[in-house]
Amino acid sequence: MIIIEDLVRRFGNFTAVGGISLRVGKGEVLGFLGPNGAGKSTTMKMITGFLAPSEGRISVCGHDVVEQQLAAQATIGYLPEGAPAYPDMTPQQFLAFIARVRGLEGDAAAKAIEAAVARTGLQSVLDQRIETLSKGFKRRVGLAQAILHDPPVLIMDEPTDGLDPNQKHAVRNLIRSMAATKAIIISTHILEEVEAVCTRAIIIDKGRIVADGTPAELLARAPSRRLDEVFRTLTTPDAEINVEARS
Amino acid sequence: MSFWNAVNAIWRRELAGYFATPVAYVFIVIFLLAIGSFTFYFGQFFLTGQADLSVFFGFHPWVYLFLLPAISMRLWAEESRAGTIELLMTLPVPVMAAVLGKFIAAWLFAGTALALTFPMWVTVNFLGSPDNGVILASYLGSWLMAGAYLAIGSAVSAMTNNQVIAFVVSVVVCFIFTIAGHTMVLDFFQGWAPTLLVSTISSFSFLTHFNAIMNGVIDLRDVVYFASLIGLCLFINAVVIDLKRAD
Repeated sequence: MIIIEDLVRRFGNFTAVGGISLRVGKGEVLGFLGPNGAGKSTTMKMITGFLAPSEGRISVCGHDVVEQQLAAQATIGYLPEGAPAYPDMTPQQFLAFIARVRGLEGDAAAKAIEAAVARTGLQSVLDQRIETLSKGFKRRVGLAQAILHDPPVLIMDEPTDGLDPNQKHAVRNLIRSMAATKAIIISTHILEEVEAVCTRAIIIDKGRIVADGTPAELLARAPSRRLDEVFRTLTTPDAEINVEARS
Repeated sequence: MSFWNAVNAIWRRELAGYFATPVAYVFIVIFLLAIGSFTFYFGQFFLTGQADLSVFFGFHPWVYLFLLPAISMRLWAEESRAGTIELLMTLPVPVMAAVLGKFIAAWLFAGTALALTFPMWVTVNFLGSPDNGVILASYLGSWLMAGAYLAIGSAVSAMTNNQVIAFVVSVVVCFIFTIAGHTMVLDFFQGWAPTLLVSTISSFSFLTHFNAIMNGVIDLRDVVYFASLIGLCLFINAVVIDLKRAD
């Protein structure tokens, strides 16, 4: 459902994404792993049409993201990094706005909102302004917005970032419950999350894919069978932290 | 259909946003105080001995010059700052629909503030018998001119993430458009510049066109001037937003 071919994105002289190709099908939950600045968010921004690719092609549900941007966007639910939402609105107003923009009206809109609210557990805060909500609830508002129109493709940038362990667990269950009928991409720093929800994981470093496989296949690469070791051997650290110099 | 659907959803959200915070009320109060004090103290409304509102309308360009950029500065700069631009631009919304929706909200809001000056109209009708046709034309002209100020401000707002910069640059650009028709500027050019240049400069000025409407004649040329300026600014606005994708 998602086809990416030779995707490149440059910012001036800096190449953030340097030739990524991949396919994600229905029923797959793909985990994007990689250090900060590896190009995970940039890739997601291009899939969702927020950034234009410098080179390469992206197709979502048969629609080219550049040529048929609106048709492609209609099939995508997107949770941007940090789950931005209009702070002066309540979740109820916010979701009603998203429904209207997505072309849902009347009964269909009410049902979609009710279902999204139930799945993300927002009932208790529906009429509080979003700026007054805790980080966990804000994140859930972002999730509710992304799944509102029951999209065949879900792109979520760090969906569990900043949540407490219970909330993380709930979000992972939510992702798992939707996995069978959708193509899902999530990015994460939390390696255990990959094992918990992903059917496949990709490690990105410096804008390139350095590993692609099921979590079990990736684990088999390290003698210790620990994902963090695989991660460390495949990716370049930001800067060496010099412990001795400090002391 | 879906274009206007999106425009509708966006202007409603924006307009509700103004009134969700004290911003709208503070603006309206300041606007009414400013325009009232200009009219009564500087304009010596009671001393002119005429039952018309030309003094009142004469101050509109100068009040708009400083107050309307305060409305327009947040239109896009705020979305960039809060990150909600990523949400808005990944919804299946044509860029022009978002630009138009935001502009309509700001314009309706300015119209609301303008309509709340109706006690002025009641006053002159109580004191004498003014030409209400001229007053109506002036109100419409004033609202049209407000749209031009807002469209300039909206385009400027799209170019920066910083609201202070958006405000200052908008005031400067609006000032140039306003002052171009002032006698001071025209006198400066009159002596040496060819007549064609002088009349071109003056024809680009808000004052020239607004003064024409204030005389009670809604000339198609004046309406076309403001409408095409609004159209051009909104077009630039959309192009700037689109360019940011590839930036």
